[in-house]
Amino acid sequence: MAQELLYWQALNRAMDAEMEADDSVFTLGEDVGLYGGSYRVTEGLYAKYGELRVRDTPISENSFTGLGVGAAIMGMRPVVEIMTINFALLALDSIVNAAAKIPFMSGGQFPMPLVVRVPGGVARQLAAQHAQRFESMFMNVPGLRVAVPSTPQDAYWQLRQAIVSDEPIILLEHELLYFSKGEVDTLADPPPMHRAAIRRPGRDVTIVSYSRMAMLAQEAANELAKEGIEAEVIDLRSLSPIDWDTCAASIEKTHRLMIVEEDSKFGGVGGEIAATLGERCFFSLEAPVRRVAGLDIPIAYNGALEAASIPRVPDIVEAARGLHKFVQ
Amino acid sequence: MQRETLHRLLRDMMLSRVFEERAAEEYTKGNIVGFLHLYPGEEAVGVGVINAATPSDYIVSTYREHAHALARGVPARNVMAELFGRASGMSGGMGGSMHMFDRERRFMGGYAIVGESCPIAIGIAYGVMLRNLPEAVICFFGDGAVNQGTFHESLNMAGLWRLPVLFVCENNHYAIGTEIHRHSAIPEVHKRAAAYNIPAEKVDGMDVLKVHAAAKSALDRIRHGSGPQFIECETYRYRGHSMADPGTYRPAVEVKAYQAIDPLSITIRNLELKYPTTPELAKVGADNISRLSAHMLNEGHLEEVEIEALRADVQNTVDDAVAHALQSPQPTMDDAWRHLNCNRHHEILI
Repeated sequence: MAQELLYWQALNRAMDAEMEADDSVFTLGEDVGLYGGSYRVTEGLYAKYGELRVRDTPISENSFTGLGVGAAIMGMRPVVEIMTINFALLALDSIVNAAAKIPFMSGGQFPMPLVVRVPGGVARQLAAQHAQRFESMFMNVPGLRVAVPSTPQDAYWQLRQAIVSDEPIILLEHELLYFSKGEVDTLADPPPMHRAAIRRPGRDVTIVSYSRMAMLAQEAANELAKEGIEAEVIDLRSLSPIDWDTCAASIEKTHRLMIVEEDSKFGGVGGEIAATLGERCFFSLEAPVRRVAGLDIPIAYNGALEAASIPRVPDIVEAARGLHKFVQ
Repeated sequence: MQRETLHRLLRDMMLSRVFEERAAEEYTKGNIVGFLHLYPGEEAVGVGVINAATPSDYIVSTYREHAHALARGVPARNVMAELFGRASGMSGGMGGSMHMFDRERRFMGGYAIVGESCPIAIGIAYGVMLRNLPEAVICFFGDGAVNQGTFHESLNMAGLWRLPVLFVCENNHYAIGTEIHRHSAIPEVHKRAAAYNIPAEKVDGMDVLKVHAAAKSALDRIRHGSGPQFIECETYRYRGHSMADPGTYRPAVEVKAYQAIDPLSITIRNLELKYPTTPELAKVGADNISRLSAHMLNEGHLEEVEIEALRADVQNTVDDAVAHALQSPQPTMDDAWRHLNCNRHHEILI
């Protein structure tokens, strides 16, 4: 049954569905219980499931994430919420040294059914310590999975899939998407968790993006269509692994690749995508791969400077135009 | 204490000592590489605590955990094969000395980031609490770990939620090369537990009977719902921090003083003195007096021989473990990928 939901509501429904289906699912984090979650994702769950399964924690990111790791290896399915990705830096030991390593370094004895939900991205004037992205940092850790839902439907599907998976999954939720609206069909069969989605078909330019930037890429594609440029917009949905086949098939068609990411360009997600697809699709490409990305600067508090530090729709339109016009 | 328990404690400690000295030898031969942290001197702690646990309890350990695994009943072959990096090792050759796991024996791993065992232990304990089971989690860490944030964060949560964890500090006085008075504002580690409302006691970590008794009563309290308990075992490592460390920062007189109270010799001495008292003999009854006294006296009389037999037995066990490790196949890259993907069975992948 499809219904219109906000992104946070979709996540909330997904949590509720999995907690109801399996009593080994529990959630913990700062203010997830009595308070209802900073972005309301766990709203109502404390009343329904009690404080043992919806646990408010002290402000101890590394240890409550590590608690999730310990619970996962003894057979539970913890969903850890870290209030923002900026605080996840304090939990890197538990995520990188423990969660990502235990299945491997135990010789395959222990699965790691752990989900770490992390809001992040550049929101509204939260300043440098609350406006980071870090996707590429987690991508660089073998053994971790990184999912980046951009729509309420994907938020619903991917959180449910992450909870039932036996792998450690970082679910990156964009803070500006929590109040975006979309159709959510709770009965439809989801695509595989890591499959990319073609949000808009096109023949002239391939725009690969994810999370909030995939939304902006679609807006840009609509602008471009007015000029007769048909951009194909791919929303990756997952950054580890990446669905390369969908990207490569699109490049076969358009021969031009552009990547749009909110994170800083240097050492970022776009670099990996450009390199891998450059290697794989070298003979299909008719122009150099183009990256539109955040600037290599901390995010300023000032609203105008903040906006100028990450890609905007006109930046994407202009870059796509240039890429489309490019002739060798 | 039951005589067989005493014998088990002695055997585990002797096995640990012989195993570790042999590991050092194999390291110098190049059969074991990487970091190797050895346990001689500290045997009474791991052996005493782990023998107080039941099979349903969980053990979370550190990077100095070979003896913990042996005391938990992991065959010496599997422990040695892991040190040799072989496919038949505890962790399939993926973990090595610092990362030994045995799911079946609830040996939940050795962790090489100082203080990391604490959050993992409280997580397992949280699961035990959610499942409402009469199980306890034993969390090992050293005196170096008590200055990590994870130690304080985890003790706080354990105290707050009354989690079934036995925190065991193996206080060997050194954070690698930094003596405890130079790294801790409060060198009496057990006092720190008071900040988190966790009952704590200090135990002579060179005396296996005291360690065993303290751990047993702490575990009993945990199983009766007391919440977390904390024991600080004061001990000493005879070797450096790892094979890469000659340990020259320690005064020779200090090392000698602790060698004089070697937990192994103490245990042997205690065992040798186990003769039945007159009231014990009387209690058994007239008919059995002669039989029991003969038996017990024989035991006493044969003590030296028994110890020799035990020595030969652990030596054989260790020799066999090395032979097994040498014969075991090396893991392949296919094995490595299989272990990485061990948890992807339920999912459709691209």
